[in-house]
Amino acid sequence: MKKLVISVILVNLLAACASQKAPEAAPAPAPTPVVQAAPAPAKVPVAAVAVDALNDPASILAKRSVYYGFDVDTVADADKGMLQAHAKYLSEHSNRKVELVGSADERGSTEYNLALGQRRADGVKKLLELGGASASQLRSVSVGEEKPKAAGHDEAAWSQNRRTDLNYAK
Amino acid sequence: MLRVLKNVAALALLFTALSARAELTIEIIGAGEHQIPVAIVPLGGDEILSAAINAIVVGDLQRSGLFRMVDTVGKTPHEPGDVSFPDWVALGADALAIGSVEHADGKISVRFRLYDVLKKSPLVGEVVSAKESQLRAIGHRISDLIYEKLTGDKGVFSTRIVYVNRNGARFKLIIADSDGYNEQTVLDQNEPIMSPAWSADGKQVAYVSFETGHAAVFVQSVFSNQRKLIADFRGSNSAPAWSPDGKQLAVVLTRDGSSQIYLIRPDGSDIRRITFSGAIDTEPNFSPDGQYLLFTSDRGGSAQIYRLPLAGGLEQRQTFGEGSNYSPRYNPDGKSFVFTHRANGQFYISTQDFQTGQMQILSDGGWEKKPSYAPNGKLILFASESHGRGILASVSSDGRVKQRMYTQSGDAREPVWGPHL
Repeated sequence: MKKLVISVILVNLLAACASQKAPEAAPAPAPTPVVQAAPAPAKVPVAAVAVDALNDPASILAKRSVYYGFDVDTVADADKGMLQAHAKYLSEHSNRKVELVGSADERGSTEYNLALGQRRADGVKKLLELGGASASQLRSVSVGEEKPKAAGHDEAAWSQNRRTDLNYAK
Repeated sequence: MLRVLKNVAALALLFTALSARAELTIEIIGAGEHQIPVAIVPLGGDEILSAAINAIVVGDLQRSGLFRMVDTVGKTPHEPGDVSFPDWVALGADALAIGSVEHADGKISVRFRLYDVLKKSPLVGEVVSAKESQLRAIGHRISDLIYEKLTGDKGVFSTRIVYVNRNGARFKLIIADSDGYNEQTVLDQNEPIMSPAWSADGKQVAYVSFETGHAAVFVQSVFSNQRKLIADFRGSNSAPAWSPDGKQLAVVLTRDGSSQIYLIRPDGSDIRRITFSGAIDTEPNFSPDGQYLLFTSDRGGSAQIYRLPLAGGLEQRQTFGEGSNYSPRYNPDGKSFVFTHRANGQFYISTQDFQTGQMQILSDGGWEKKPSYAPNGKLILFASESHGRGILASVSSDGRVKQRMYTQSGDAREPVWGPHL
């Protein structure tokens, strides 16, 4: 219960931080997760939960990528709700692990882009930890510009490649 | 009879090896200000070998942009006694190269002479020989002799380059002659390879490989291909650069937070952090005297080049003005550096003088990245693009002569020119 209180406070803090920033151009805002909904009593084993929300395509947890502007590594406000939901899920499923893979578009040098991708993944890791996930559940790495999802020298491709993916371990 | 057959077989092998590389094409644009007219007479002896060596030498000299090939109009002197200097004066040649090639016992030997036509005097006479598998090395050695005698600078044709070939999800680390031929794949895998770096003695390369699931730094022997994982901390381990004495490398680690520069021994021991910015500090490169590091940092808001004195002292920003800058590398003379300059959505190869702070853009702009100097400082190798493919390119350090090398399928990335051997 104590843990839940802390995460609620952190969520409020995050929301407060977010509200101070100028809104950035971003895709349609994701719905804010309902944080006050109390989870099942902590004693209930995870196995007893009938449906894993991670497997529900309608869940906000189905969203597993954060996108960025050029040379930007801060998470847009619109994606914070989604990360909050993942943080909450991870805090409730301590056996789950997720790898955060940062990547960058091909502009810049390969090494700068590796560092930028790492900074993106580390930023997401920090938000997930603030939201209640444990550091031991998270691993942040970068692939820089080495594994582009979209080919091409244009914004359409680049915007797809500026990303942090949340890859849950099977 | 058997011996003859063996030789024929060896020759056939050689010829196959030569023609297998026919996919590589080289395109040269521009010319040096003062080109030296030189006549290269095809060597006497075996015609196939002679033609092959001639092509290597002429190709090397033309790529440098410093020479103009004088048509030999069918004249074929091979011995000193055959040379009639007035003929070559009339053809406008300042220098004349002659000689002959022999192939015996698995070895190729070239007796080679270079003359100053106007003074009618020999400049060099040497026997260059190697195993028959190293025909190209013989050609490059002859090119180096001609280049050195006629320009006064050390030739770089016998040096090697390393680069990454990316073909879909497949990555290869390739070491090749400085002209792009004679490719040898030293690592082949389905995970990314980045940032190869030569040790100063040319015996080892360090690079980044993702085979452990993230970016980690390896050191590999060029001769034995034995390799060692030297940095594999959490997050990313990258951007290796060798100190001139080969005793340590600068690497970039994220083990303590953001990408910062550390020193490490080639066996992975004795790690010491040397930048403390909290920003991205990456792409370290040692000065030729080992006293400084150039590196890229975004601590000022955009990626720019900085210089760090290793003995201690202030890190100084080097690049200012429009755009951002990446991938600095020292000129071997230590007086300037080359880097990637990004402005208006284009990437250019640029140099900057330490004393004047003057920046000079050497390339036309486009998708041009990751420059490195030839060990004589006269040429710069970099990654470019043509028809949507990553290719190798070079530009003379005065910007006058450019060449593009179209290598095998896939993208050529991250080339680095190796040292004199």
